Amino acid sequence: MDIDQIYRAESRRVLATLIRQVGDFDVAEEAMHEAFVAAVEQWPAQGVPDNPRAWLVSTGRFKAIDVLRRRSKHDVSIEDVEGLAESIADPSATEEREGVEDDRLRLVFTCCHPALAAEAQVALTLREVCGLTTEEIARAFVVPAPTVAQRIVRAKSKIRDARIPYEVPGRGELADRLDSVLRVIYLVFNEGYLASSGESLTRRDLCAEAIRLARLLVELLPEPDVLGLLALMLLHDSRRAARTSPGGELVLLTEQDRSLWDRAQIADAVRLVEAALATRAFGPYTIQAAIAAVHAEAPTAEATDWAEIVALYDVLLGFGANPVVELNRAVAVAMRDGAEKGLAAIDAILARGELAEYHLAHAARGDMHRRLGHASQAADAYRKALELTRQAPERRFLERRLAEL
Amino acid sequence: MRYLCLIYLDEKQMGAMPEGEVNALNARHLELNEQLLRGGQFVEAEALQPAADTSCVRVRNGKVTLTDGPYMETKEMVAGFYLIEARDLNEAISVAAKLPSAPLGTVEVRPCRDLTVDGVARRASSKPR
Repeated sequence: MDIDQIYRAESRRVLATLIRQVGDFDVAEEAMHEAFVAAVEQWPAQGVPDNPRAWLVSTGRFKAIDVLRRRSKHDVSIEDVEGLAESIADPSATEEREGVEDDRLRLVFTCCHPALAAEAQVALTLREVCGLTTEEIARAFVVPAPTVAQRIVRAKSKIRDARIPYEVPGRGELADRLDSVLRVIYLVFNEGYLASSGESLTRRDLCAEAIRLARLLVELLPEPDVLGLLALMLLHDSRRAARTSPGGELVLLTEQDRSLWDRAQIADAVRLVEAALATRAFGPYTIQAAIAAVHAEAPTAEATDWAEIVALYDVLLGFGANPVVELNRAVAVAMRDGAEKGLAAIDAILARGELAEYHLAHAARGDMHRRLGHASQAADAYRKALELTRQAPERRFLERRLAEL
Repeated sequence: MRYLCLIYLDEKQMGAMPEGEVNALNARHLELNEQLLRGGQFVEAEALQPAADTSCVRVRNGKVTLTDGPYMETKEMVAGFYLIEARDLNEAISVAAKLPSAPLGTVEVRPCRDLTVDGVARRASSKPR
């Protein structure tokens, strides 16, 4: 077995456990890396230990003591290094109390703690839970690397100074805290899927990381909406190949070549949606997944069960008013009852002013006018949408629509 | 670990509150204080006079200058504080969420720090524990 492979498989688990035992993100990270360095030096000669993870954790623990001793020489805030060293060296007491398997879950909940800024939660989760480098995160979110580094440093300082505990929240807080985790995962996915700016339409790596995170969460904490979120992302992702033309142009759902959809992935997702729905304790992600599943299972756009989709949007709105959801419902209404009804619904939403700056609202409005043969109103709406989007493929799509009028 | 919970309230809104409600709110605060004291989480708490009664003191080049009014004029002003003892931020947040004023405004939770002098970290308070 080669060490690179072990690093990929084990480094996050080892880190998650070391953070609990050492009580500090930075010390744990340094110790984890030193443990792997020791493995590279020792394993080729001595052979890979029976339980590499246990070896890495215990070696990491002693490396952490070294790190703390070194740091205490010029950091007065580290008091009683020897006492600390003793408690780190013998973790048996805490080990019995707390399951090691929960460490990864502790890490997820700590990185997504609502006391941290939203963008810091995302950066910290990608860094610590997924093991992405600061540069990779910066590239994915199109922000300068020092900005990402600073967000991570600040978040770690807050975890330490405000004493954000390394724990899985209790039953009472679990639902709220899980929302925060799911939001972070979906944000990562959407950044990969919708790419708020830049040339390429999807940034596949981020989607893959988000799906991997959700799978981990399903394994550790199979709450209904965790299944729902995983299903939702799998369904979106199953259409990836059909979403862009060979030339990199955006293809709308109704116009996609459905033979390009990943049927095996859709089947996986549908099973997850059904399991989540069966609990009757599902949340908004499950409903969104159910909507995506209706699309995924329809042979053509016309043959889609639009009445079912409108009904599901109504259920979704029951979880809380949301103008973007209303917009999507209006588009489904147009498919069910005709473009005139859809246009009226979109105009009613825009009249409230909430989506006035949302490019997709104007693009949808343009589509309704186009379908009704109102060329000049359609052109006005498409132009308004163009003013509001910076994303290159979406701009080209709108320009094409304009030219076709 | 100690946390300072600063209670921010809209003074105008509070001024318009019927006397009976103010009375009930204050009684709930005193009741909670007893509860926190029994649970070992209470260090200190005070309710503050209106922001208009504030004076700001500055010393520059040895000279004291005074200005009338709060340091920052905002809609919601500090109306009171709790100094609490909590295991970690989650416990501090759960205490902050219990404050009877929390539904009326915002509670800012600030972790306290030690003062380091000559390499020794010392609690800022001189009060014996």
